[in-house]
Amino acid sequence: MTAIGVDAGASRLKLVLVRDGAVVARGSAPCGLDLAGAAAGLLADVLARAGIERGGVEKILATGAGADAVPYATGKVNPVRALARAGVHLVPGARTVFEIGAEEARAVRCDAKGQVTDFALNDKCAAGAGSFLEAMSRALETPLEELGPLSLRATKAVTMTAQCVIFAESEVVSLIHRSTPREEIARAAYEAMANRVQSMLLRLGTVPEVVCVGGVARDLGFLAALERRIGTKVTVPPDPEFAGALGAALCAGAP
Amino acid sequence: MADREYWRWSEVRQVLPGRDWKGAKAVTAGIDVGSVGSKAVVMLDGAIGSWAIMRTGFNSPDSAQQVLGRALEGTGLAASDIHYVVGTGYGRVNVPMAKKTVTEISCHARGANHIWGKSVRTILDVGGQDIKAIRVDEAGNVVSFLMNDKCAAGTGRGMEVIADLLAVPIDELGELSLKVDQDPAPVNCTCVVFAKSEAVALLRKGWSKEKVLAAYCAAMAVRMHSLLSRVGVEREFAVTGGQSRNSGIVTRLERTLGFPRLPAADVAAGLDPMLAGAIGAALYAKAFHEKAAKG
Amino acid sequence: MIAHYGYRDASGEYFVSIDAALCTGCAECVAACPRQAMEMTTILVGLDDKSVAAVRESSRKELRHVCGACDHRGGTPCQAACGPKAVGVTWKPL
Repeated sequence: MTAIGVDAGASRLKLVLVRDGAVVARGSAPCGLDLAGAAAGLLADVLARAGIERGGVEKILATGAGADAVPYATGKVNPVRALARAGVHLVPGARTVFEIGAEEARAVRCDAKGQVTDFALNDKCAAGAGSFLEAMSRALETPLEELGPLSLRATKAVTMTAQCVIFAESEVVSLIHRSTPREEIARAAYEAMANRVQSMLLRLGTVPEVVCVGGVARDLGFLAALERRIGTKVTVPPDPEFAGALGAALCAGAP
Repeated sequence: MADREYWRWSEVRQVLPGRDWKGAKAVTAGIDVGSVGSKAVVMLDGAIGSWAIMRTGFNSPDSAQQVLGRALEGTGLAASDIHYVVGTGYGRVNVPMAKKTVTEISCHARGANHIWGKSVRTILDVGGQDIKAIRVDEAGNVVSFLMNDKCAAGTGRGMEVIADLLAVPIDELGELSLKVDQDPAPVNCTCVVFAKSEAVALLRKGWSKEKVLAAYCAAMAVRMHSLLSRVGVEREFAVTGGQSRNSGIVTRLERTLGFPRLPAADVAAGLDPMLAGAIGAALYAKAFHEKAAKG
Repeated sequence: MIAHYGYRDASGEYFVSIDAALCTGCAECVAACPRQAMEMTTILVGLDDKSVAAVRESSRKELRHVCGACDHRGGTPCQAACGPKAVGVTWKPL
């Protein structure tokens, strides 16, 4: 069976084309202001690269915050289900899988087949998601991809007290004015975010293997801060930002 | 960002005329060290004699000392002439010359009661980085309160976000937002991050600045109303803090409540809402002083 | 005097409310909280000091993350520990 999964996140669209359980092609694009248009363009782009006609795709399942806006989807998959399926597909030993997106974070406990046994969400508050790191990157005038390495240079950190992205930006500005070293501020930001993610994981209990996906999974500064807190190794599979779309595509084959 | 913080107070002081500085039985002082501004009020037998406001420096004890000194300038009195000092303020405030520290909520409540009289029952304090909702009784004792400093929604900082986005000076924003025939639906009223995204989308749809501001201020007013609902709103209702000057929010809040807030009291007589905490602290100082004298 | 600690943000409403008039200062809720989020504080009742329970300052702005550890369906440990029923908990994730 040939199936497509589309993950319409708060910031980016991800699309994965799967044939008989293996990834054939994938692509991503910013959501922009016209999500439906961006989704249509992304579909055409991936089909062209894969050399497959639209008619050759049996199911297209959408997931993510903007799933309803994907015009060509034949069905929807709950992001929590998609997360569990993708987690176990990518890392067969995965039993706790969590995803940090731009505006939402979610975590699942699952069995060996990728079925959800429990889940927890950190949604509707950007402080526990990627937007927080983008704000920190702006406030520290450091590109996002350099923020993690910067934080790893610190040996200690102050504690950030702000729990809102808006206040956190102000707090960084005042820490800079007080001559706090930038690497310590960066580390403080990751500690604060890891604290919020940890609380989500504490609700579930972390059973190894613990797997992290989503865009933020690539951030070494975040992973270091989280591993320090939960005391367990966190596995990140390749192309972690495509996990949601992959999971949706896999659900088409065997729900 | 420092020059845009319009909730900062200018550094001023006043010695009220016609006060009998030498003849007062109880000379008390309240010192309120806030995160942004420090205030001191000196009272003569429970009436305001002088006051001062200045920017809080890097350390609390120095700020407390300096602002008290400012308030005493030209009065003929020294700090040692004060019978009782009460300190208050933000967090773990340290006012070394205070015999007692009282919470900022209790002091603010007593101060509001002094400024507006015993009819005030609900106070909304909208500051730069926090919002407080306080229910009081007729003596100015706190009945119920909550403080929000977790979310930027409704704070001065939250307003700064839309002011920056629309390039509108923050002190003109309120009036501009009222230049609409009819209020549009509010944007997200619990989160500035989401409210801002919605405002951006509305702008792209071609909405005017005034209409976007109206939607944003309407949302912030809804936010404040929901905070007030938790403590319960009872007339009379007073608004203090930097955002109390934001007509875009206050007018809409009054519409939702169905009644107006109490008008400003006589600022020339030292009854400035900015001084509410220090006034309350000075009143507590008088009460503690009298209690100690009795017994 | 009722003190409401917590917040409402886009994800929901979370408060722990302490009624100082009912609170006897026994500190059972402080011991019962699995996240050590409670502490004793001194407030003024009239002109007298009274020791009452409060949410620890460092926990107030992350109450969702703190109280999320407890099961809210039957009544939380802090509420169960309070004889006079001075502790109220609001847990309303959206």
